[in-house]
Amino acid sequence: MAELLRFRDDEPTESPAVTVDSFGEQSNAGAVRIEPGDDARELLPHLAHINRVEVNFPSFGDGRGYSAARILREAGYEGEIRAVGDVAVDQLAAMRRCGFDAFEPEKPMNDDDVKAALERWDNVYQKTTDGRTPIWNLRHGKADA
Amino acid sequence: MYRYDNYDQQMVDTRVEEFRDQTRRRLSGELSEEKFRPLRLMNGLYLQLHAYMLRVAVPYGTLSGAQMKMLGDIADKYDRGYGHFTTRQNIQYNWIKLEDAPDILADLATVEMHAIQTSGNCIRNISSDHFAGAAADELVDPRPYAELLRQWSSFHPEFTALPRKFKIAVIASDTDRAAMRLHDIGIQIVKNDAGEIGAAFYVGGGMGRTPMVAPCINSFVPLDLLITYSEACLRVYNRYGRRDNKYKARIKILVHELGKDEYTRQVEEEFAHLKAQGIEPPLAELERIKPYFADPAFKSGLSDEIDRSDPDFALWVNSNTIAHKAPGYVSAVISLKPVGGIPGDASADQIRLMGDLATEYSFDECRVTHTQNIVLPHVEKARLKELFDVLDANGLSAANLDTIEDIIACPGLDYCSLANARSIPVAQKISQRFASTGKTATLGELKLKISGCINACGHHHAGHIGILGVDKKGVENYQLLLGGSEAADTSLGKITGPGFSEDGIVDAVERATDVYLAQRTEGERFLDTYRRIGMDPFKEAIYG
Amino acid sequence: MKILTGNDLKTGDVTWWDGQGWSRHVNDAVDAGERADEIIAREEALRHVISAYAIDATIDANGVRPAHIKDRIRALGPTVRPDLTLKPADPEAGNWVI
Repeated sequence: MAELLRFRDDEPTESPAVTVDSFGEQSNAGAVRIEPGDDARELLPHLAHINRVEVNFPSFGDGRGYSAARILREAGYEGEIRAVGDVAVDQLAAMRRCGFDAFEPEKPMNDDDVKAALERWDNVYQKTTDGRTPIWNLRHGKADA
Repeated sequence: MYRYDNYDQQMVDTRVEEFRDQTRRRLSGELSEEKFRPLRLMNGLYLQLHAYMLRVAVPYGTLSGAQMKMLGDIADKYDRGYGHFTTRQNIQYNWIKLEDAPDILADLATVEMHAIQTSGNCIRNISSDHFAGAAADELVDPRPYAELLRQWSSFHPEFTALPRKFKIAVIASDTDRAAMRLHDIGIQIVKNDAGEIGAAFYVGGGMGRTPMVAPCINSFVPLDLLITYSEACLRVYNRYGRRDNKYKARIKILVHELGKDEYTRQVEEEFAHLKAQGIEPPLAELERIKPYFADPAFKSGLSDEIDRSDPDFALWVNSNTIAHKAPGYVSAVISLKPVGGIPGDASADQIRLMGDLATEYSFDECRVTHTQNIVLPHVEKARLKELFDVLDANGLSAANLDTIEDIIACPGLDYCSLANARSIPVAQKISQRFASTGKTATLGELKLKISGCINACGHHHAGHIGILGVDKKGVENYQLLLGGSEAADTSLGKITGPGFSEDGIVDAVERATDVYLAQRTEGERFLDTYRRIGMDPFKEAIYG
Repeated sequence: MKILTGNDLKTGDVTWWDGQGWSRHVNDAVDAGERADEIIAREEALRHVISAYAIDATIDANGVRPAHIKDRIRALGPTVRPDLTLKPADPEAGNWVI
């Protein structure tokens, strides 16, 4: 059973995540935690110093974290974005597309379910920063770089 | 109409397998009800009053004959022999078993249909003009744009857990036949002074507890930025829509609380950022979709004559056929509001028949209207009588389009667990009252809409006459509203005063129409007379 | 009395706690008294029922009568389609709801 599910080649960092508010003051902190009400764009000036962003999902029904992750990726952030909290295997595929590359769910996920979820969708309709070419580009010979 | 390519088909098939697996995990207990519920909602499966209800998507309200046949077959095979057409152009089945749901979705997928995102806090079915491609006043057929939006919104990874549901309508004429400004996003395809085509965006409309008319936030978004602009609108909503109160979570509340200017500013800021992300489809995609919506091979040299010697047929032609852009053709509206019937319901046989009629008489295409009727968009005038005879033999020839008998009603407490009162018996009694007194025709255009609760699925705020069912100390009670309109002259109905019993509301409606008949001037509809004379004469007549 | 009602997970049928299991017939419903929450939690965990809740009800000449019209409609079926109710042959069935 996966407790920390991670799709990165580098080692996970250990430093505790600080809040967005306190991040500016604590220049040594390499990890920050975004709550649903935080504005991910406040981190944009500091991206070079961040190696891990944790996005908290107190409830899976609160989808603000999906936008937070995408915003960070769109800004060029290449460090770890970890979804923590009420995250289940059924949200995995969408979260990966939004830029999440690590998952620390409250309840461990079943390995077979994880594999199935990540391999299920051969194609996608929309473009995100995950590098997958959306269907409407494939149709017209525009494979993304 | 649009046909799936391999990619579209694969997406729908994959979704079926995903849901099949989720259902298996639910039935085995791996998934709790709490975790499963949003997943099944994203596949249109509600737990309703009597059983599970499945809401099948009808993208922009358009169906082929084969699709109608499948919808009829599903009603027989998995349900209890009928379906209900809704105020968002979808179809609902009321007696579904969870264990059958994956198979139903698999059957639907064989005719390019699905139930994806017809419920849940996500972007719902994109609705459109039910006379698209036939109306003379449209700038272009709006449906290619709706199809683009369908692809963009389906399985959109960022917007799977919005604060609430999100409904989009697309039109392309100044006459609004889709209640566009009462949607979360309403889009009108327009032409600017330079002759370019673009999209006017209206954001923040809706009905329910706090009805609002959407303001225009951008009068011209170029076509090659339609998706990017939509994404900006949604991202601002996902980030800042209220999540503290389910009844304040729609985008209309966000737009209202921020103010149109501030919401627009935030959207434009996000839009500027997103433009650099390259998320827009290539224009070639729109060009690929458009031919699916090109005019069918209309015949030329057709007769414009209609033999009206049969009086029933003549009435039906007058009320239920609409002028068409191509000479010799009309659009024909099949009423699903027989007097005393259940608005929007059709038996499996009727559904299959309408599919056959679409194939035979209307280039294999029919439409579902948000007023719960079925349109055959392109019918030769010369063949109308033949069509009418078949409709008449099958209980589908009610000649009451847009009259007081053409009632829009939600399923209400007979079917819906959210309802406070039954709506269908009220609809039945009203249509019976007016049919029996012979007043229907003389009242002319009168849009009566009934909702069984404040969620307003019957669009009662937008009725010339609206009825809202409430729970008054455990007893069903009905409020009367007057003066709503869903057309371009959008207005919200005003409540008349204290509510009524089921029989009382029927009497009150009749008294209101009597005031209209007494006071109207030449050419005035009920709505016009109400707007001219105001509420007081109606109040006086109703409450004495 | 307090009776329990919910829906069957697989079929969606409206069901009523009859003391041992979940019946489709409201007249089988028993008084759950103080144990309502405990029964609901157990039965939902066992997947014998979903969306279960407790309601007030009385006994009259017809049997068990849920206090609220919504649950009476759930007990019978849609009043506008008698043929689809649990009592299609009974012309008075709809009156019981009101």
